[in-house]
Amino acid sequence: MGAARLKKNIIALAGVGIISFYLLIILVSLFWLPFDPVAMDTLHLLEPPSIKTGHLFGTDEFGRDILSRIMQGCSVSLIISLGATLLGAVIGTLMGIWAGFLGGKWDHLIMRVADILFSFPSLLLAIFVMGILGEKTYNVIFAIGIVYIPQFARVSRGAILTLKGNEFVKAAFSSGASKTYVLFRHLVPNIMMPLIVQVSLSLSVAILLESALSFLGMGIQPPYPSWGNMLSGARKFMLLAPWTAIYPGLAIVFLVLGFNLLGDGLRDLLDPRLRNVK
Amino acid sequence: MGTQVEATPEQMEELKRLFGEDKPIPVLYIEWLGRVVQGDFGFSLRTSRPILPDILQRLPLSIEITLFALVLALALGIPLGIAAALKQNPLTDIVIRITGLLGLSLPQFWLASLMVIAFSGVQGWIPMGNYISFAADPIKNLKMLFFPSLAIGTGLAAVIMRYTRNSMLEVMQQDYVRTAKAKGLKKRVVVIRHALRNAILPVITVAGFNTGYLLGGAIVIEEVFALPGMGRLALYAIYQRDYPVIQGIVLLIAAMFVLVNLVTDLIYAAVDPRIRLDEGGR
Repeated sequence: MGAARLKKNIIALAGVGIISFYLLIILVSLFWLPFDPVAMDTLHLLEPPSIKTGHLFGTDEFGRDILSRIMQGCSVSLIISLGATLLGAVIGTLMGIWAGFLGGKWDHLIMRVADILFSFPSLLLAIFVMGILGEKTYNVIFAIGIVYIPQFARVSRGAILTLKGNEFVKAAFSSGASKTYVLFRHLVPNIMMPLIVQVSLSLSVAILLESALSFLGMGIQPPYPSWGNMLSGARKFMLLAPWTAIYPGLAIVFLVLGFNLLGDGLRDLLDPRLRNVK
Repeated sequence: MGTQVEATPEQMEELKRLFGEDKPIPVLYIEWLGRVVQGDFGFSLRTSRPILPDILQRLPLSIEITLFALVLALALGIPLGIAAALKQNPLTDIVIRITGLLGLSLPQFWLASLMVIAFSGVQGWIPMGNYISFAADPIKNLKMLFFPSLAIGTGLAAVIMRYTRNSMLEVMQQDYVRTAKAKGLKKRVVVIRHALRNAILPVITVAGFNTGYLLGGAIVIEEVFALPGMGRLALYAIYQRDYPVIQGIVLLIAAMFVLVNLVTDLIYAAVDPRIRLDEGGR
């Protein structure tokens, strides 16, 4: 699984490139933004993109610079999707490992809980959790994280079950290794790769979920910019000023595409069967 | 909000009794379940109307959008996937892959906004005004729902295209396809009768698995196009903290999701005679 193979994988590399670009934007936005992203400017409402005024992506209904808001919204989107994915990944993976390793009634109990969470479409589950918790920014992380628990539980349980039947695990047990030793020394390191793929794909969905929640007014609350609430604000003006809707959406699409490319490329590296078919 | 007068403990008790919340939660839950199986979902806290009729009145629209989106996704994805499999070369490989991933990356509500921006100028393409039900005027109804459904279905179409193509490529290498070709059958017959029939199985799984995603999309899209479906009911119930309504909708959606998975399994068995559900799971 070396870096050399990753280099040959154009798809994964393109993903890394896109994600690095966004990280660079976040870094720049910490020190410099073209305009103040929350400052209203009543003299320049809904101005089209132009180099002359300096508003490269135009201004919104309060005269705020769209490019600056997109740049600042970048860190919100990434922090929320990282937080949510980590939350879901840690809880879900622990559940999955527990279920797969111990088996029996633990397996049944844990996987039925996962099944219940799994019986809701992800966006709806997130909306309902937001409805219960209330529309606060940090609640978005919980709402999206919960969606991921069953997915990570299934992936890690499946991986553990496949590994458990392997000779090297039996060999470790018969040479007197303790359960904990086998678990952490032999099993956990071997399920890392499928989990990394799952993390990458989950990050992409998390960004979409956050933007949908914010679009519906349940995610990041204005005036703080997020791509989703920018699109929500643009709804009333998008015929008059299409740029208010187009640029924040493009920001979402490319970042999500970046994570999808990375995840897809990594899956290729992992699965020799897929490599032949492409 | 604003100037609020605190209720006295006696008034709180009275209200709790009125809303039937004067018992421990597990008891309340069992009682609620007991009523639900009899079709009584309770009353909305805001409108005081019974919940089930309100949901059932709006459910058909959400289901129609979901199914329409599914049909569009299959109608676009499968033929494109087959075409891509038949014209296989490194360039189409990478184009198909990136298109598939791009489809997964599009926020449905944003795609809907783009469609409104692009086509609202064209007379009659996006009919505005009040919603017209399928029963009242099928053509106008389908016209109204075309763009919302397309916005939801496009992402899935890209995914289905990719799965169809991969699956077709795998099947086309099988011996029985080579035999069919060697027998001198027309290419069309080989592709449709022999290859597609086997290649379609993973596509059905993907489509079934994603119907929930379409339903979630339908709920956001209803908000964009101001369509009076269940999604808007759910959103307003959440905005207004109308918990009994939310509870009822959550239950119905979960039930529908389980039903979709069951239907997917049944279709699977119907398409592939090798899979028979009644033979002990094999």
